[in-house]
Amino acid sequence: MPRNPGIKKVLLIGSGPIMIGQAAEFDFSGSQACRSLREEGVSVVLINSNPATIMTDPEMADVVYIEPIKPEIVERIIEKERPDGVIAGLGGQTGLNIVSELAGMGVLEKYNVKLYGTPLKAIQDTEDRDLFKQAMQRIGEPVPRSKAVNTIEDAVAMIDELGLPLVIRPAYTLGGAGSGIARTKEELISITELGLKRSRITQVLIEEGVLGWKEFEYEVMRDANDTCIVICNMENIDPMGIHTGESIVVTPSQTLSDRDHQMLRSASINIIRSLSIEGGCNIQFAVKDGEYRIVEVNPRVSRSSALASKATGYPIARVTAKIAIGMTLDEIPNDVTKKTPASFEPTVDYTVVKIPRWPFDKFVNADQTLTTAMKSTGEVMAIGRTIEEAMKKAIRSLDVDMYFGFREWEREEVIDLLTTPTHERLFGIYHCLRTGFSIDEISGITSIDPFFLEKIQNIIRMEDTLHSELTRETLYRAKRMGFTDEEIGKLTGRTREDINDMRRQMGIITTYKMVDTCSAEFAAETPYYYSCYEEMCENEPTDRKKVLILGAGPIRIGQGIEFDYCTVHAVNALREEGIETHIINNNPETVSTDYDTSDKLFFEPLTLEDVMNVIEMERPWGVMVQFGGQTSVNLALPLQRELQRRTDLDTVILGTTPEDMDVAEDRERFNKMLQGMGIPQPEAGYAITEAGAREVAAGIGYPVLVRPSYVLGGRAMEIVYDENDLNRYMNEAVRVSPERPVLIDSFLEGAIEIDVDAICDGEDVLIGAIMEHIEEAGIHSGDSACVIPPQSLGQYVLDTVRDHVRRIALALRVKGILNIQMAYKDRVVYVLEANPRSSRTIPFVSKAVGLPLAKIAARAMIGITLKEQGYLREPRPVHVSVKEVLLPFDKLPGADPILSPEMRSTGEVMGMDYSYGLAFFKAELAADNALPLEGKVFMSIRDQDKPVLVQIARKITDAGLEIIATSGTVRYLSGKGFDVTEIKKVHDGSPNVIDLMRKDDVGLVINTPTSKMSYKDGRGIRRAAVDYAVPYITTIQAAMAAADAIEAMSKGELVIKSIGEYHSEM
Amino acid sequence: MKAILGLEDGTIVKGVGFGAAGAAVCGELVFTTQYTGYEEALTDPSYAGQILMFTYPLIGNYGVSGKTFQSDGMKAEALVVREACDHPSHHLSGRSIYDFAKEEDRPGIAGVDTRMLTIKTRDTGAMRSCLLTDSDDGGEAVRLARQHPKISDQHDLIDRVTCPAPYHIEATGKDKPHFVVIDLGIKTNMIKSLQQRGVGITVVPASTPPDYITEQKPDAIFVSNGPGDPKKAGTAIDVVKHMMGEVPIFGICFGNQIISLALGASTYKLKFGHRGANQPVKDLNTNTVYITSQNHGFAVDAGSLDAAEAHITHLNINDNTVEGIAHDYLDIMSVQFHPEASPGPWDTEKWFFDTIVKKVMK
Repeated sequence: MPRNPGIKKVLLIGSGPIMIGQAAEFDFSGSQACRSLREEGVSVVLINSNPATIMTDPEMADVVYIEPIKPEIVERIIEKERPDGVIAGLGGQTGLNIVSELAGMGVLEKYNVKLYGTPLKAIQDTEDRDLFKQAMQRIGEPVPRSKAVNTIEDAVAMIDELGLPLVIRPAYTLGGAGSGIARTKEELISITELGLKRSRITQVLIEEGVLGWKEFEYEVMRDANDTCIVICNMENIDPMGIHTGESIVVTPSQTLSDRDHQMLRSASINIIRSLSIEGGCNIQFAVKDGEYRIVEVNPRVSRSSALASKATGYPIARVTAKIAIGMTLDEIPNDVTKKTPASFEPTVDYTVVKIPRWPFDKFVNADQTLTTAMKSTGEVMAIGRTIEEAMKKAIRSLDVDMYFGFREWEREEVIDLLTTPTHERLFGIYHCLRTGFSIDEISGITSIDPFFLEKIQNIIRMEDTLHSELTRETLYRAKRMGFTDEEIGKLTGRTREDINDMRRQMGIITTYKMVDTCSAEFAAETPYYYSCYEEMCENEPTDRKKVLILGAGPIRIGQGIEFDYCTVHAVNALREEGIETHIINNNPETVSTDYDTSDKLFFEPLTLEDVMNVIEMERPWGVMVQFGGQTSVNLALPLQRELQRRTDLDTVILGTTPEDMDVAEDRERFNKMLQGMGIPQPEAGYAITEAGAREVAAGIGYPVLVRPSYVLGGRAMEIVYDENDLNRYMNEAVRVSPERPVLIDSFLEGAIEIDVDAICDGEDVLIGAIMEHIEEAGIHSGDSACVIPPQSLGQYVLDTVRDHVRRIALALRVKGILNIQMAYKDRVVYVLEANPRSSRTIPFVSKAVGLPLAKIAARAMIGITLKEQGYLREPRPVHVSVKEVLLPFDKLPGADPILSPEMRSTGEVMGMDYSYGLAFFKAELAADNALPLEGKVFMSIRDQDKPVLVQIARKITDAGLEIIATSGTVRYLSGKGFDVTEIKKVHDGSPNVIDLMRKDDVGLVINTPTSKMSYKDGRGIRRAAVDYAVPYITTIQAAMAAADAIEAMSKGELVIKSIGEYHSEM
Repeated sequence: MKAILGLEDGTIVKGVGFGAAGAAVCGELVFTTQYTGYEEALTDPSYAGQILMFTYPLIGNYGVSGKTFQSDGMKAEALVVREACDHPSHHLSGRSIYDFAKEEDRPGIAGVDTRMLTIKTRDTGAMRSCLLTDSDDGGEAVRLARQHPKISDQHDLIDRVTCPAPYHIEATGKDKPHFVVIDLGIKTNMIKSLQQRGVGITVVPASTPPDYITEQKPDAIFVSNGPGDPKKAGTAIDVVKHMMGEVPIFGICFGNQIISLALGASTYKLKFGHRGANQPVKDLNTNTVYITSQNHGFAVDAGSLDAAEAHITHLNINDNTVEGIAHDYLDIMSVQFHPEASPGPWDTEKWFFDTIVKKVMK
């Protein structure tokens, strides 16, 4: 039936910030849904707290609210906008949870808001573990034996009933957060305790461990006519016991027979029918020898459905949105073929491999075991004609220093790795096969199907063949298996260039095939390609003016969704200028890899060879490397060299030249340049030996900031307070050598950090905004909250900042984006670093001031000046915008939740209002760090922060909150006339703050740690705050902002306005 | 082993051969888009006269169990794949697809750009082709392909796959009806689906005359699937004409075409047919779309049904071809798709077989 004409306005709930378990996939699905609904004439009201999303762009929805996704805020938006209904199934777990809460509060009923797509009962039946079990049993679908419990005692009792190991799964959580496998009673108790805390309804499921069973997923859709289709199925190479988001996944399934597959497919349809879901749904199965159990049902669009969409070309979110407003599958055209309807099952003629991207390079102390709770931040996907090809492409898409053979293990060590998997297991398997383990042995230990192990064995066989001979036949076979020119070069003792020239002379040229949803049964119009080595190439280059834009690859700490946002904007800008624009990227969760974002999408790894293969075929006018973060920036110089080597190609790198980019990256050259310009910078030096480092540090004076020369996201960067500390750092954190010097900067203690995003066209400079960091200098800029406009900087400082930016932009001959970080202390504005590429603050600034910065930059890069574009004036907003970050500590047991020069955050939120306090309050609320408006605040403040403590304490107590503290802070505050309750230090016994947190008796923890080495005591408190989900603050600046916020909230009320309204006031 | 595939349009593709050595096999090259179910498809007698190509590149992953054969052995003349799995993994796997092809003495070719061949087939229409193993003589392969008769001109396909003599399967339920099944190359699962409903079954060869069938006192006639052009199934068409109005008549796939021809409608050859496990079929009664398994190169002409006093019950919504018909007032119904699955989705199995048995019971 056609769409329900009664639906005129729909509220779409976004999923908020990027965090472990919830990456960019909901921006992809949300944006698709917005377009899909508006195509049908439905007006869309959108709420999302994450500014780094395409869906929150002003043109994506009719009204966009960047507000905290909390029931009380959403209620006010509903009251204001009066939508006919809300779609819950597109905003991930956040969307489902909010809708459940709104329904529970009676809000939906009060404002007569209908729920479209996923019915409330389906949410309850799948999220509440007990109801889920009953629902499955009612329709005869088998589930693992289990029981939902609400207390630790009941959990322990389950050991007698089900035995160990047991799996603990909290209700209503995301990415398996709080879940775990208990092999002992003690483990069961501790996991259950945290799990109960995490669950929205204080409930966990204690389940028999079907560990080692194979895991499969089915993506199903259903419409109001009861038409049910399976978009695709996926097979986890890693068996049960490892969360599907943590597993290496292939699609379609490889080791299911037709009978097995039809059995699971029929069960999937049985389930989606019984839950009356209209839209997309994800079902997870455990399978062993023809038997199966239903593990989980997600009644919504999910990370897996984003993967399924990219793997098949079928736009699940787009179709789900149309179904939600009453359309049926046979009425919705297949956007890929244009001729056939959406009511079919996609079928592919390639294989897809997904590998997660983990943040363990950032959290060396965190427990790296892969288990039932997610720890990865993102993922890559690769397409190939064989498993070997897709797997090899996926590995190099990860953009990490890991490949088959990258390291060796001792025998015991590697057995341990196979038994207790980490992100290195895949490579451990390779090592085992190389060192004589049999496939049966490895399969016996890991429960990984021998089918997949054989594929790794095939790769080894090919390596051995290459080692002994290099004929055209072996070269062709190796390329078909996904070997790179560089790998073949290494195995045959030649250079990458040799192999590249050789194979091209032999006519072994990359071919591109289309992702078309139908295995070529119908002619498709979608320009979505993957590379392989076959006879026929389907990509037909046009002779239009073309630009290739490099994407950012997987979401990781330091390189998040912001860069995808910039990529998409650059594409849009160029397409608007009539330029044929292509994208290379490998992240399945993103908008940039949606088939209709660019004129052509190449779903490929971002390596020199893979990029050059596309350039060779398409011969674009230019390549843009500025938007894809460090991944694409790192390719700038190699690409430049290769383009020079390949005299037959005349493609150029657009924007700031790679040489000029290198001036900014190279500390020494950059420092020299600033010196010449008379721009102050912190005193700095570098050392190539340990002794040298001590000398330089002593010369500069402690504290100093130390780091290796080339870094991304502040890896291995630390503030060092004395020589002992320095010795430890040099021993533990870096391997110093003449090739890899260590950089040592004076650390400007107590300085205010400033961030600027600007665009330069070679002549004029447009300043997007000046951001003032809320945390002091020394905390990685990516982890610091910041505010636009600056709150504490005077006119002189701002003018100096602007002057620095202009001069540096012109000196670096920037064409495109420039991000500069500065620090202000004692009336001096120091420049810390300049990055002539898109920064992670571009989307935040764009949303705060209403300028499409990435688009403006892309236009500048193709020669359209800022003057011609009409953008010269720095915008002056009247509202205040605060960016706050999302830290992943709750997902990473063992990690110390402290901010440092090393970036740790996974995502960001934005709070907008008319005062700093209220905007900060919103940002904290959105970051799940809601500031208390009553109750107790715990404070433990280091001595150097105590002078400002009085101001903070006054605001907090004036707002009616009670302060509790340990003896030192109590003494200080009592001396200033405050009434403060004293509690014990943690190591002095009970009752201490951890006990209070456990009892839910404290609403905010402010704990500013002393120097680097004496963290231990504070660490326990911080970890407990994370585990018991108590808001916590670790810097005095943030404490001040929090006090402002609490004060503002006690006097005023939050303003709910769309970004359109804010921007129109400027 | 060397292998080479030649198409009537002159296309020559080299690959790695397996299965029968020294083979020279001709047939119509057709593609199926199903991922799984190669065991069922290769043993489906409807593929007689055809060389079967899988669009999914990895075939044989879970081995060959021998438990889901649709006849007594491989019926497709040869198979074409991108990669055949030599180390299959499945708890029911008895052998690899290599061993299977060898035992069946039929050739296969691997390592070829199957997507290229699929696109050619889609654009040109299904072509005659020839697979040579132990040879790299492309010219010879093309020549043999061109010499080979078109599928519509092949007269012996049904004879090659029908049963040699009638056989009977006792009803297992009380008062269960008796079906006479005309075997034009029937898939095992059709018989299984009927059997599961307890009915008595007499399976008769394709050449069985109407008189013999009347003597069996059937409560219903069921016309099976089968290979080639339905117009070549003259005797079966006569049987349907003879029994019309006497007892209910049902059919699947080839059976659907034969019933339509008997009613006076016409059939035609599709450009490259429907083969796969993802074909959407709309039930015009309920508007629900079902995903079906299909394997047909011919179709019933929608425009000819009116005059035959029949109407469309099911439509393929990819290309609006006829997927099911019913007589306007007699108990005659048939579907073009495969509700018995094997391979493919089980979505319509219950509906189809329950419906036809119920129609006879009333």
